[in-house]
This record gives sequence, structure tokens and C-alpha cells, in this order.
Amino acid sequence: MGTVSLATAELRRLTKRRFVRWLVAGTLAVMVAIAAGISLSNEKVGPEQVAQAKAAAEREYQDAVRQAEQDRLTCERAPGTNGLPADCTQLYQPQPQDFSPDWHMPSTFTFKSDFGAVLTTFAAIFVLLGFVVGASYVGAEWSSGGMMNLLLWRPRRLQVLGTKLGILLGAAAALSVVVAVLWTLAFIGIASTRGTLDGMTAGAWRSTALTELRAVVLILLGTAIGFGLASLGRHTAVALGVAAGVVVVLQFGLFLVLNMASVPFGEIFLLPIWAVAWMNKEIKLENYQSCAYSAVNGCQPDTLTLTWPMAGGLWVAIFVVIVGAALWTMQRRDIT
Amino acid sequence: MTAVLEIEGLQKTYRSRKGVRRALDGFDMVVESGQVHGFLGPNGSGKTTTLRTLLGLIKPNGGRMTILGREVPEHLPAVAGQVGAIVESPQFFLPFTAWDTLSLLADAGGVPRPRVPEVLELVGLRDRAKDRVKTFSLGMKQRLAVASALLKNPKLLILDEPANGLDPGGIREMRSLMRTLSEAGMTVVVSSHILGEIQLICDSVTIISAGRRVAAGSVASVLSHNRSAGVRVRVEPGVDLVAVAEVLRSAGAPQVTAADDHLMVGGVDRPAWITWVLAQHEVWVSELAPVAVDLESVFLELTGTAPVDGVNRQVDESAAATGGAGGWGQ
Repeated sequence: MGTVSLATAELRRLTKRRFVRWLVAGTLAVMVAIAAGISLSNEKVGPEQVAQAKAAAEREYQDAVRQAEQDRLTCERAPGTNGLPADCTQLYQPQPQDFSPDWHMPSTFTFKSDFGAVLTTFAAIFVLLGFVVGASYVGAEWSSGGMMNLLLWRPRRLQVLGTKLGILLGAAAALSVVVAVLWTLAFIGIASTRGTLDGMTAGAWRSTALTELRAVVLILLGTAIGFGLASLGRHTAVALGVAAGVVVVLQFGLFLVLNMASVPFGEIFLLPIWAVAWMNKEIKLENYQSCAYSAVNGCQPDTLTLTWPMAGGLWVAIFVVIVGAALWTMQRRDIT
Repeated sequence: MTAVLEIEGLQKTYRSRKGVRRALDGFDMVVESGQVHGFLGPNGSGKTTTLRTLLGLIKPNGGRMTILGREVPEHLPAVAGQVGAIVESPQFFLPFTAWDTLSLLADAGGVPRPRVPEVLELVGLRDRAKDRVKTFSLGMKQRLAVASALLKNPKLLILDEPANGLDPGGIREMRSLMRTLSEAGMTVVVSSHILGEIQLICDSVTIISAGRRVAAGSVASVLSHNRSAGVRVRVEPGVDLVAVAEVLRSAGAPQVTAADDHLMVGGVDRPAWITWVLAQHEVWVSELAPVAVDLESVFLELTGTAPVDGVNRQVDESAAATGGAGGWGQ
């Protein structure tokens, strides 16, 4: 009964907070705006659009042919002047295949190729939401004295902090899953009406579902890290300050320094790179200052591939260090 | 009577870059069941550290504590449901209403919701239950804090400065509430700087200074052991008070202190003796008034915190216990 009543109270406390309600509502409004924007900027492609695109490509080709003819005449009158070559046969002669109708096709939402980026956007927005809510939920408790009041009722500190974290992650998971499902349904609708679902085989759907699962895990990690940092510092501002510090010092400062020092693959210090590796299953980094020669492809840059298990390992390590430290200090430090 | 709260040799040391500070230095305290017990001490003497340690918020470096016969902090979870407490200034999440604040605590502690309106009524916040705490005055927040402590209908109620911010009517209500709770069988430990209040409502007191107990026992015993009643003596204007004081000392008065315009004479059984002695030296007494000893003067004497002209006392400058960690009474 004890833990259940504490969990019930914590769920009430979390959902009663106006800051949380407004933040969630604002985030959902942003999501709706994104979906509406993508919907409005795409349209379904049919024979009419294909014909228009082909006609536009043909017009461009004809314009280019006329321009090339004009340039040839100018060149023959005064070879080697006005930036024209001395040998006028060297002038570029447009070819029909140089003018692809694809360039004139209207934007259309192709679920198979486009939904991944949309899902990453969802994950990024919800990681930010989770981080701020997680930090604020426990940070406000510490700074307002609510945590001390609660501990006078429930002296088992780890149980109290653990229940708070559990309730927060449970709520974040529930919200993320519901929104992910709605987000997917919304884009299935957008693809049906303003794009295409072509290529969405059973395997593709399974892959999409797994990407969504990874998105939810990333959101939960962000939420837990915000919670852990604010609990360590006993104030919301500590978590936000650490986040700002990491962005400024690690993401920009360190990256710039490494870049200036020509350190290969300096991007590995950018957390978003690891988030993308996690979401997209892998990311290939290239070192353009190196040359791996091959007779077929010539000079190719060195590459470093970050895979999702590597990214997962990093995120789990960060989670364990921060949340572990928060639990440890909760148990050890005096509450003054 | 059985002891509801016992503390023996409690120690707490804070270490920082500035050095080591002993907040509690072998502190002892006993509170008997059903009493209203005053816990007194100057600022920085260790009162709040003691209460926080007792309630499991601070880890002690040594000593032994029991609440309701159970060792704490080991068995604190078992007795926490029977201990209501407010520690220092009331702190709440300001955007929540009084009702939200208490109902969340009730939910967390497994207390039935109907208890919430009961305690709001008890502390006079019934009509402000749906107002946000951020609209409350300090006194109203104090009332809410007391309500939160009463929510679980505790056997032991610990109130740290409950009169802070209360208006005179509120202080009287708080006094009456504590007395009522005590009569109903609740043991109340109250820390306060309003010593007149403590003297009025408390059955017993513990006085702490520099982390040690300097006095404990019933109010009457602490008063009688620590400072005898005196007699205020005024003489006709123009008479040298220092010389008069010397006359009384020569005649055998055990304690004579000279103030600006009067003398305080202590340890004299019959005030008329003073008149007789001075008349023999042709000094005529204009006022001879017995002065009853009060808790404030005992407190100032025991803790060494009485104001001295031209001296700005610092918070850590208070008297430590002399003669070991023991105290008076019990």
C-alpha cells in the first residue's frame, strides 16, 4: 500500500503542475504545426504532375540549346575573348538527359524515405521536453522544500527518489508511445493524401516500429538525465545550466578546437551525432584530410562508422553515471 | 511517565574548507509522554540540527536517539507515521493550493482524504483551502505547515518556531492548540524564541547552547535552579549607587549588581533587611520591588547571550555547557 500510495501521489503531483501541462500542450502544438506544414508543402504526384515536370524539363533543355547556339556564334566571331575558349568546339552542348523532370516534380511525402527524418524530429523535441520536465519535476521539489516535507512522511530516501523517477519515466513512456502512434498515423495519412506509401513492406514497417522504439528509449534517457542532474544539484537550474554548459563547451567549443587542431573525426564529441547514430542505426563519419587510395575510386576519405549499439552503450553509460550519482547522493547527503 | 523521545550524546560535525564545526557536541534530551516540551537555544546553537537529525534528514556522527521507544534513524520508517513535524520556516510548492499540498501529502502517507479539511479547519485555513500557497502570508504558510504536521494525527508533534510570522491572535491560537493537543494525549516538542510563550505553555524545557544541553527539566525547576529571584532597589536621586552597593555587600548581601538607576539585590530572604541596612547609613529607599525570575533571563544567563552595551555579539558566541553534558532536573 505504501509504495502504491506514494506512486499515486507522485503521479498526481506531476500531472497537477501547470508548467508541465503547458509545456506538454506547447510541444504538442509544435508537433501539430510541423505535421500541418509538411502536409501543406507536399502533394500527391499523378500523370498530370509528371507531364508538367517533363514539359518543364523540355523547356529548360530547349532554352539551354538556344543559349548554347548563341554562345557558339559569339565564340566563332571572336574566339578566345569574353571568357570563351579559343577552340569553340569545346563549348558545352546541352544533352536532354542533363535536364531531369525530377527537378520539376512537386514535393511529395514518400513515407519510406522521409518518415525517418520526421521521427528523428519527434525524438529530438520530446527529448528536450522530457529533459526539462524531468529536471523541473524534481528540481522544484528540492528548491521548494517539498522533498524535505515528503521525507518527513516517507523517510526511505531511495524509495522516494526511485518512485519519483519511476513515475516520471512511466508518464514519459506513456506520452511518448501515444504521441509516436498518433505521429505515425498522421504521417500515414499525409503520405496517403499528399505522398505515397509505396515500398512499405512488412519489413519496412517493422524497421519503422523499431526506430520508434529507439526514439522512445532516447526520450526516456533524456528525461532521466534531466531528472538526475536536477536531483544532484537539488535545483532545476543546475540541470539546465549543465545542459547549456555541455552545449557551449563540449558541442561548440571543444569541436571547434578539435577542428582547428585537425583532429580526425572530432564529431564524435557531438552528442547529436550519437543520437542520430542511435536513431538511424548508424552514421558514417568521414575524414576529408586523409586519402585512402583505390584504383577504382581514386582518393577516398577515411571513414568511421558509429553504430546503434555503440551509441546505446554511450547513452546507457551516461544514464548510469548521472542517475547512479543522484541516487547515491540522495542516500548519503544531509538534507539541509 | 514514559519517554517519547530520548537523545543521548548526539554529535554532529560539519567539515568545510574553513575547518571543522561541532554543531552538536554530545547533546542529550528527554521528552516525556503527554508533555508540551520547550526546546530553546540561541541562533546557531544546534536546535534545528537536532530536529533534522532526529527526523532522519541529517546523519549524526555519534550518539543514540529513540522516538516512541524505537531507535532512529534505523526504525524511522516504522515510527514516521506517528511523528508530525515542521522544521524551520514553512516551505511549500507555491503554485499548489493549500488543499493540493495537504492532499498530496495525505496520499503519499496513506492518510484518508477526509483528514485534510479537518486539519485545515483546525488551523483556521478552511476558507483559503483553494487558494494558491503563493498568495499566503508567512503566518498562513505557518498555519499550513502546522496543518501538514497534524495531518497524520501524530503521537509526537515537533514544531520548529511555529509562531514565526503569526499575529498576536494567531500566537494565542497556536498556544491554545498545543495545549488542547497535549490534553488529548499528544506529546508536543516546540522550539521557539518567544520565551514568554514557552513559559506559559510548556511543562518542561531543554535549553541547548553550542551544541550541548545546558539545562533541562520542568520549567519551575529550571527557573529555581538557575536564577534566584531578586529585589530591585531604588534610592533617592543623587546618591552614589556604587557606594550603596558596597554598603549592602559589606552588610552581607550575597548578590548586588548596579544598573543605571537602580540596584538588583539577590539572595536576600527578607527585602525589609535592605531597608534597615540602608537606613542605618542614612540612605533612604524610594522603591523596593521583588522581581520574579522568568525564563528569558534564565535563558540569557545560561546561554551567555544577554546583550552587553557596546558589544555586537556574533551568532556563534554563546555559552557552552560547563560541567559536562549533564543538565538540571529530570
